[in-house]
Amino acid sequence: MPISINHQPYDLPDDPRVSLLDFIRHDAGQSGTKKGCDHGQCGACTVLVNGVRINSCLSLAVMHDGDEVTTIEGLGTIDQPSALQKAFLEHDGFQCGYCTPGQICSATALIEEIRAGWPSDATGDVEQAPKLTDEEIRERMSGNLCRCGAYPNIIAAIREVAETEL
Amino acid sequence: MKPFDYQRAERLEHAGQLVADSGAMAIAGGTNLLDLMKLQVETPATLVDLGALPLDTIAEADGGLRIGALVTNTLTAADARIRGEYPLLARAILAGATQQLRNKATTGGNLCQRTRCYYFTNIDQPCNKRDPGSGCGAIKGIARLHAILGTSDQCIATYPGDMAVAMCALDATVEIAGGDGSTRSVPVRDFHLLPGDTPQRENVLEDGDIITAVLLPPPVSGQQIYRKVRERSSYAFAMCSVAAIVDQADGTITRADLAFGGLAHKPWHDPRIGELLVGAKPSLTLFDKAADLLLENAQGYGENDYKIPLARRALAAALCDATGLTA
Repeated sequence: MPISINHQPYDLPDDPRVSLLDFIRHDAGQSGTKKGCDHGQCGACTVLVNGVRINSCLSLAVMHDGDEVTTIEGLGTIDQPSALQKAFLEHDGFQCGYCTPGQICSATALIEEIRAGWPSDATGDVEQAPKLTDEEIRERMSGNLCRCGAYPNIIAAIREVAETEL
Repeated sequence: MKPFDYQRAERLEHAGQLVADSGAMAIAGGTNLLDLMKLQVETPATLVDLGALPLDTIAEADGGLRIGALVTNTLTAADARIRGEYPLLARAILAGATQQLRNKATTGGNLCQRTRCYYFTNIDQPCNKRDPGSGCGAIKGIARLHAILGTSDQCIATYPGDMAVAMCALDATVEIAGGDGSTRSVPVRDFHLLPGDTPQRENVLEDGDIITAVLLPPPVSGQQIYRKVRERSSYAFAMCSVAAIVDQADGTITRADLAFGGLAHKPWHDPRIGELLVGAKPSLTLFDKAADLLLENAQGYGENDYKIPLARRALAAALCDATGLTA
């Protein structure tokens, strides 16, 4: 089976060394997903694979036979941005914008993870369902760095959308 | 990254045959291995992808739980049975890495994760673990995150994980399929090795071995605490962590299963600590005696000297949490 990126099928690469990140950017030509550290430390490359967020730099494209990959291009368009894309604009959730595609992919998954009741390190009692607190959002977004330091506005954007959707 | 062949294992026996080759390595989530391959710390001739093997479920077994080797850290920590009966394990997993990494990281892979010693991950530096005989750069170098227990003159690296520290306190067992078709079980407490003269050997796995599951024993009563001290509040490795399962009756400790992370080349378990605590009444003096046992042979290497008092205080804090004693 091919790999699907934003519902477009692509053949897997011949060279197994190609990371999912490089495959998305070069082979599929979808350059919204960004390469920051390329070592899983910054989160700029975050994408959704079958709805689950991962660092695309730490995965081989050949390991995604049959998977559905969603990148920032698959979440919304300029004419029809997603709720989180709109909220990042309204709250100034970025300055340079380089980390933003990863932030928004991560935040999209975060809302689903809280909906599914997955605990985090900020969930005091792991037997209970997590609550939508700023502490929870911060902990769950700790894999996405923003060197411009837009964190307070990123939190505000995510909180606004999550409060509406959850 | 150096070129390699990529093979997808269709069945467990097939995987065992493929990884028995000396140049082959197994890959599951890949978050650690691919990082090391980019750094050319690892240069396998063949990568054997285990992803298609049916090892991705958590099932009840012998009164406890059997966590398949390919169950992700996320799904382990989110499992209602784990959260209810083994909250220590959920907390330890959630104290490590990020959501993106935990979504890929697997039970088997996490047990096998490699040290974050800066000399190990930099191929321009000496490292007896990566290049046996080349020396240890950390012993007189940058050793802030390094071990104070069980070190050797060859290696002072730490095992970096959190999950295995909880499994060590829980006395879980690693189930291993041998390349010859055999199956064996190794307690987590015996799975990782001390560096000694062979720091390149980090655990008991042999060529052709594949971890198939981790077995948790039946749940026990008591408080379960995972206390991790790190340099920032999220996404950092432990300077020291304490996993504790402590139960009491009539003001006396009746169970004390403890394990420590960030202090040694393996999750650290010292049975003398449990023996000291069980039958005693909780007190700060008692917890200090427990730390005396833990740190009896501790050795600092300059930059990591702070871990000796840190471990003492982290142990006391975890035991206060677990027993309800206020410091």
